[in-house]
Amino acid sequence: MLNMGPAHPAMHGIIRIILELDGENVVGSEVEIGYLHRAFEKMSEQSGYLQVIPYTDRLNYVSPIINNVGYCLAVEKLFGIILPERTQFIHVILSEFSRVADHLTCIGASAMELGAFTAFLYMIRAREYIYELMEEVTGARLTVSYTRVGGVKGDLPAGFEEKAKNAIRETREILKECDQLLTRNRIFVDRMKDIGVLTKEKALAYGITGPFLRSTGVDYDVRRAHPYLVYDRFHFEIPVGSRGDNLDRYLCRMAEMEQSLRIIEQAFRQIPQGPIQVDMEGNVIPAAEAVDEAKMGRIEKLAGSRIAPDPTLEGAHKDQYPEIEAPEKRAVLPPKEDTYTNIEGLMNHFKMIMMGGGFGMGGHGIRPPKGEVYFPVEGGNGELGFYVISDGTDRPYRVRVRPPCFPILAALPLCLNGGTVADVVPTFGSVNMIGGELDR
Amino acid sequence: MVALSGWHRGQPLQDNPMEKIHERIKEKFSHAVLAIHQFRGDETAILRKESSLEVFRFLKEDPEFDFNVLMDLSAVDYLAFEGPDPTRPYVITGKGPRFEVVYHLYSFEKNHRLRIKIPVEEKDAVLPSIISLWPAADWYEREVWDMFGIRFIGHPNLKRILMYEEFVGHPLRKDYPVNKRQPLIGPKN
Repeated sequence: MLNMGPAHPAMHGIIRIILELDGENVVGSEVEIGYLHRAFEKMSEQSGYLQVIPYTDRLNYVSPIINNVGYCLAVEKLFGIILPERTQFIHVILSEFSRVADHLTCIGASAMELGAFTAFLYMIRAREYIYELMEEVTGARLTVSYTRVGGVKGDLPAGFEEKAKNAIRETREILKECDQLLTRNRIFVDRMKDIGVLTKEKALAYGITGPFLRSTGVDYDVRRAHPYLVYDRFHFEIPVGSRGDNLDRYLCRMAEMEQSLRIIEQAFRQIPQGPIQVDMEGNVIPAAEAVDEAKMGRIEKLAGSRIAPDPTLEGAHKDQYPEIEAPEKRAVLPPKEDTYTNIEGLMNHFKMIMMGGGFGMGGHGIRPPKGEVYFPVEGGNGELGFYVISDGTDRPYRVRVRPPCFPILAALPLCLNGGTVADVVPTFGSVNMIGGELDR
Repeated sequence: MVALSGWHRGQPLQDNPMEKIHERIKEKFSHAVLAIHQFRGDETAILRKESSLEVFRFLKEDPEFDFNVLMDLSAVDYLAFEGPDPTRPYVITGKGPRFEVVYHLYSFEKNHRLRIKIPVEEKDAVLPSIISLWPAADWYEREVWDMFGIRFIGHPNLKRILMYEEFVGHPLRKDYPVNKRQPLIGPKN
């Protein structure tokens, strides 16, 4: 018997694998999870619909945007909101960048565990380009909380496309280098090939999705099977493996990153241009001054002006609203120009931000109609589903996450048994376990 | 392109011969299906507990339905739900059964989805396990037991999964206080 974990240097999170050994060979194994349980589902029931968004950042913390998008799409489905086209493209672009970051982390870390430290450093450098882009758009690197119900926090900043294209070029360069370092590397291939094999039938029986399933030869991808957002407008391939071993999972992820970059390039060609850099009348008034002027009733010069509230709200001006937010007064906060200068905007804002109150028109907060929806998106590790139930109040009655790691970890003993102790590390690395989404 | 995301794109739902799965199940198993409904394109069938296993086996094995993947399994506690609920049309008077166990099925070949719900009374919170049909149910059923205290007959290893063995109660039940702490080491309240 050997305990691997809960805190082992080659573990990607806190998890315990109990191995039953016969010499070097693994004859039995059991996986124990729950060390990072933070009661996401219970906390979501206590918070308003918007307050759940920061919690979703902490599910898969390597690709938080995809969680944000998945949750907001589920709530929008409850409302029946259709997002503006530009927002859908923004969602796609940032989701694909996150997917690349996710795969880079997974491959980099598992390569490092096999001794390929250079590849790890190169890949983290590529990930850094992506995180810098994220920071540019959202203001944060990991806990981004970028989407809102019915829109996004703010439009893409000026010059984003240039920076994104630069990041794509650099990432491609690094992927090429890593491909040369790893794909035909004798040591790497010997450790990965025919190790941790899972058959197609077993993978489907265990409900596994994502790169793990695709490596066994099943071409299931939520983006293709149930196209959400604007994914049906892009050309991309779904890479599939044949053996279902560690090497296939590595190759699938490498190929998927290239496909994600392809999608981003196509998205930049197709995205409808927003009114970036187009000022309404050229006047920019500080927020505090606007509020004072509006209190005194001097609103003539405020009409048609931009208000500069705070750098964190950059990109959410009134003239940008039609492009990035759905025209849905039940769910979308009014622009700051309205909140600060007229009573309708102020009341609208107040009603959405405050919580509590009774049913019907008297209640505060965002209140979707009663009902239940399930919305799947393609996360870094597979199908990320949000099952949201509304009871008509300002708090979700139930938020259930289908974490893509969970079924993979359930099937992990099948991959480990019959191998050796040394094989546990690459096999576990190829799972790309993310403690945050596994334990919630 | 399937119905699931049709509404979201502002397009009408596509005419799919496999649509209305829930209605066809209702016709086939009129004794087992309590109610059906559809909300935003999600098709749902609510089953009676007694005959659920029979329906599940049919859904998995019949080539016309061919639900070979169990995508998700969870539960809902309806203790605090106020007012009528359009997603539980079988509740006519009072609150109805306290729990519902929710299954999300997916067919890889047919590319369609179905949600199955089974109402469970608090006094008799026991369900047959579907682990023999979909091994994926193993951990999901453990999680439902852990979080809601619903037991699954025929599960070989039904123990807590996210919480620890010494934990008292089931945290996702609506009557479990959100700020109640019971750490193994440290202050309690």
